Amino acid sequence: MKEFALIFRLKDIADFKPTPEQMQERMNWLAGIASQNKLADKGNTLLPFEGSAKTVKPNRVVTDGAYTEIKEFISGYIVVKAESLDEAVEIAQANPIFDQVGGSVEVREVLRRD
Amino acid sequence: MTAVLCRHFGLKHIEVAEDIASDTFLKASEHWAVHGIPENPGAWLYVVAKNRAKDYLKRVWLHETKIRDQQTDVVQPEVSFEFNRQLLSDSQLAMIFAVCNPVNPDESQVCLALQILCGFSLEEIANAFLAKPETIKKRLYRARTNLRRDNFPIRELSETQVKQRLDTVLRTLYLLFNEGYFSKTSDKQIRMDLCSEATRLTMLMTENPLTNTPQTNALLALMCYQSSRLGARTNERGEPVLFEEQDKSQWDQSLIDRGNYYLVQATNSAVVSRYHLEAGIAYWHTTPTDQNKWHHILQLYNQLLIIEYSPIAALNRTFAFAKVYGKQAALPEAEKLKLENSNYYHELLGYLYADTDSEKAADHYRAAIKLSRSKAEKQVLRRRINALEQGAVPRGR
Repeated sequence: MKEFALIFRLKDIADFKPTPEQMQERMNWLAGIASQNKLADKGNTLLPFEGSAKTVKPNRVVTDGAYTEIKEFISGYIVVKAESLDEAVEIAQANPIFDQVGGSVEVREVLRRD
Repeated sequence: MTAVLCRHFGLKHIEVAEDIASDTFLKASEHWAVHGIPENPGAWLYVVAKNRAKDYLKRVWLHETKIRDQQTDVVQPEVSFEFNRQLLSDSQLAMIFAVCNPVNPDESQVCLALQILCGFSLEEIANAFLAKPETIKKRLYRARTNLRRDNFPIRELSETQVKQRLDTVLRTLYLLFNEGYFSKTSDKQIRMDLCSEATRLTMLMTENPLTNTPQTNALLALMCYQSSRLGARTNERGEPVLFEEQDKSQWDQSLIDRGNYYLVQATNSAVVSRYHLEAGIAYWHTTPTDQNKWHHILQLYNQLLIIEYSPIAALNRTFAFAKVYGKQAALPEAEKLKLENSNYYHELLGYLYADTDSEKAADHYRAAIKLSRSKAEKQVLRRRINALEQGAVPRGR
């Protein structure tokens, strides 16, 4: 079994706060992974708001808010267990977030240090 | 009594403490048979135990000084023995913490707890586990050797000790309770005993401010809720009665009330442990009618699984999912679980297929029958297959 980080990105800060129904769907998805014993780390949700996020750049330059590329920002991550990258991608594809607000999920294998 | 004695001897000499304790009870049975039960039997027992302990220490002391010159490791015989209520509950508590030692695997911890904390005999433990007494004996021997090596001091508990061990202690008590609640044995008495012993020990923990944590209260709430259904869960022949067929008037309301009380005690901080979630689920099961009952149960199972995976939680969560979103939606969720070796997995799939594909449903029920070790369960499943074959829709799980 390998481990893969799923890194969630959203397009708009307004999408960050899900409705209770959307939250329920996301919880169902997450618990669905957990019930296959494939959740290695439930990860964290990362607050993108001013006052909770700053970005530090070279030469001690600090900007407000989360790091954004175009407008996307990282909203959180989890770590799953999967046999292959393809399986991890399949898990990511089932994420309800695409139907809810769009955004993207980056799937990255975790380097194992011995 | 063994706990109080161990306070003096240390865990290294637990056998000595146990010998003195059982010796005391033997003497009591002889003496009381002739002279009748004394006015204060507890005090009587402790006076005898005290004298026996002193005798023993004197002997050891003589032995050590005369034969082996001076020895510092020996307990001095002049130490005073005290047995009182406060000391008794403190010692029992410390004993729980000493016995629930993470050096031992889960199963051994439960065996040890049964033997040392609950006074079960080897045969009784073997019966509860449906194992050979010889196996249990070996397991206990190894576990005791580990305990002795660790030599946890039986004194008043310190905050650090509680912090380090509380999780292990609660887990052992949880397993002890489950051993009774989901026991392999069909002997109703053993099951009841295990559950009430686990509850007693957990209750003891709520009496000391150090161990009276939200988790402890949540676990106790869980035990109360589950115990409230103990009587209704098996019929007079010891066969399990399905949840939906249980006579709800047989549920013990006073235990449900106690469960509510401890659950409230458990929620006065932000901590949410697996015991909170399981107690929450048990709570919703004891409330007969609520529109959103299964919504709540599904959410709690979701959280429980995210904290810690277990096959049974995964299966129960999928059942709750079916109750909320329908059997069709739950099927892919269920098939992803891949628990082919579990009879409950096939039972669940049989239930989910029952309305749409009776052949597949029957296949799964047959697979469940093959895997199940319970006669009563097999019978229930056979009835469901019959119902499927006759085209009738069987009643839920």
